[in-house]
Amino acid sequence: MPEHRIVALFGGIYSNHLALAAAIEDARRRGADAMYCLGDLGAFGPHPDKVFPLLGEHNIPCVRGNYDDSIGNELADCQCGYTDPRDNYFAQISYDYTLANTSWQNRTWLKTLPGEIRFELGVANVLLCHGSPRKMNEFLWESTTSTQFLEHLADEYQADVICTTHTGIKWKRDLSRGRKFINVGALGRPENDGTANVWYTLLTAGNGEITVEFVPIRYDHEQFAAEMRSERLPEEFIATILSGWWTTCLEVLPAKERRRGRY
Amino acid sequence: MTSTSDISIPQIELSHLDHLWFQVGGTLCNLTCHHCFISCSPKNDAFGFLTSGEVQRRLEESVPLGVKEYYFTGGEPFLNPEMTAILELALRYGPATVLTNGTVLNDDWLARLRGAEERSIYSLEFRVSIDGFSPETNDPIRGAGTFVRAMEGVMKLVEYGFLPIITAARTWPMEQEQGVVGSFCKMLKGAGYSRPRLKILPTLLLGAETSRTCGYAPEERVTATMLEGYDQTQLICEHSRIVTDRGAHVCPILIEASDSVLGQTLAESQRPFALAHGACWTCYQYGAICSNPSSGAKDA
Repeated sequence: MPEHRIVALFGGIYSNHLALAAAIEDARRRGADAMYCLGDLGAFGPHPDKVFPLLGEHNIPCVRGNYDDSIGNELADCQCGYTDPRDNYFAQISYDYTLANTSWQNRTWLKTLPGEIRFELGVANVLLCHGSPRKMNEFLWESTTSTQFLEHLADEYQADVICTTHTGIKWKRDLSRGRKFINVGALGRPENDGTANVWYTLLTAGNGEITVEFVPIRYDHEQFAAEMRSERLPEEFIATILSGWWTTCLEVLPAKERRRGRY
Repeated sequence: MTSTSDISIPQIELSHLDHLWFQVGGTLCNLTCHHCFISCSPKNDAFGFLTSGEVQRRLEESVPLGVKEYYFTGGEPFLNPEMTAILELALRYGPATVLTNGTVLNDDWLARLRGAEERSIYSLEFRVSIDGFSPETNDPIRGAGTFVRAMEGVMKLVEYGFLPIITAARTWPMEQEQGVVGSFCKMLKGAGYSRPRLKILPTLLLGAETSRTCGYAPEERVTATMLEGYDQTQLICEHSRIVTDRGAHVCPILIEASDSVLGQTLAESQRPFALAHGACWTCYQYGAICSNPSSGAKDA
């Protein structure tokens, strides 16, 4: 099991190669000695194959997200877990585009990704997964996940720090005995806060504890929007990249998270 | 999944107690809906209110079990005089959802609950039952004048900053679904609820609904064969239990069934349950019918 001191954690990339490149550069500058991706390499954005070389060049191990599982196995949908017809309509557009534009080599590689990655950071045993340790596409929202449930996960999966993504909105909670739960956020799209930047997470070991820092990343989102438009992706997706407000996949948001957004 | 001696009735094990429900309003309701699966009415006191003390005891019991979310139902929960205090209490333990008909809400309660949610790290969700997008479509099922009264409740919730989830039982043919959903959204937006949230439920052929339509046919049962390759997390009994004034039951739908009480404590209730009921067949068919949309639907 590898040991690190400063680790950068990238949540859902959703084909946003420009944000990924900016985050890698930022993490290097901050002294990260390792970088990991928590899954969902494709979705939402254009040209899904552009993400894979960046991950390879920079030696970034990846957890398998539900999107990766679907694309790798050429399933009928993304397994995102939406229940609303409009959400599913847009999710299917995104999925069909991503499946059609991911190369056979990359699809094959996605199938090989592990469901979880573990490493040591200082004295902490860190577990990386996509949705939750028990289910790849489980939504763990800040406002609908009790602390006792997170304690249960930490006990059950014997981890001091559990890191997830999937919901696309960062949050963290301190647990008993110095343990932590962290949603690392997403690089692929803004987090419904009206700003165009995206987020990744930096974990630093020191003085017997882990420090968590959420790092905003500015990138050329207008260039990204132009690429999306040239691929004729929905204007609703492009509006999110430009405005920072989610326009789709809204019905799955709990009340508190929904209220913070515009739509 | 294991099987009983009758291999055609599969048993479902609780994987983890994610959702703890409270039959906080008993079976008392100010309405008498024709499709109510437990025949709640102003006169049905078969199940009583839960007190705030009883709820607190159960919340404490739930913490070491790692319960993720709490749901409150009835009857009409807000007939329980302690309902506001109970929700304030619950928000100290975890996310809370209350299922109401929206007709008895008042400003004092909503102001208190808005404050409680703002102080909490957790969401307070209101699910308001309305079964049609107009008096003409709703009132024949829920009672004369109930559409207008429920919409007054919805708009009061919106006024206090809540985003209620309008919950409608599917009393229309499936081929009309898209049109009905569209009409709901148009009606809600027209009333001033700018980002309406909607959850459509299948009807359950139990209680009053058996008179409105029909009950389950004997062959409408879940078999072991049907569970092969099926995502069992879609079944409520795989991750939920409900507390009533009689004990801990398997799920919110079957509280009237004699085999639904699985114990007096939550720990006792964590034993497998045989899917012997027609309602299990509806749960199997539609999946996650009682959960909020934020819980997600499909398994990976």
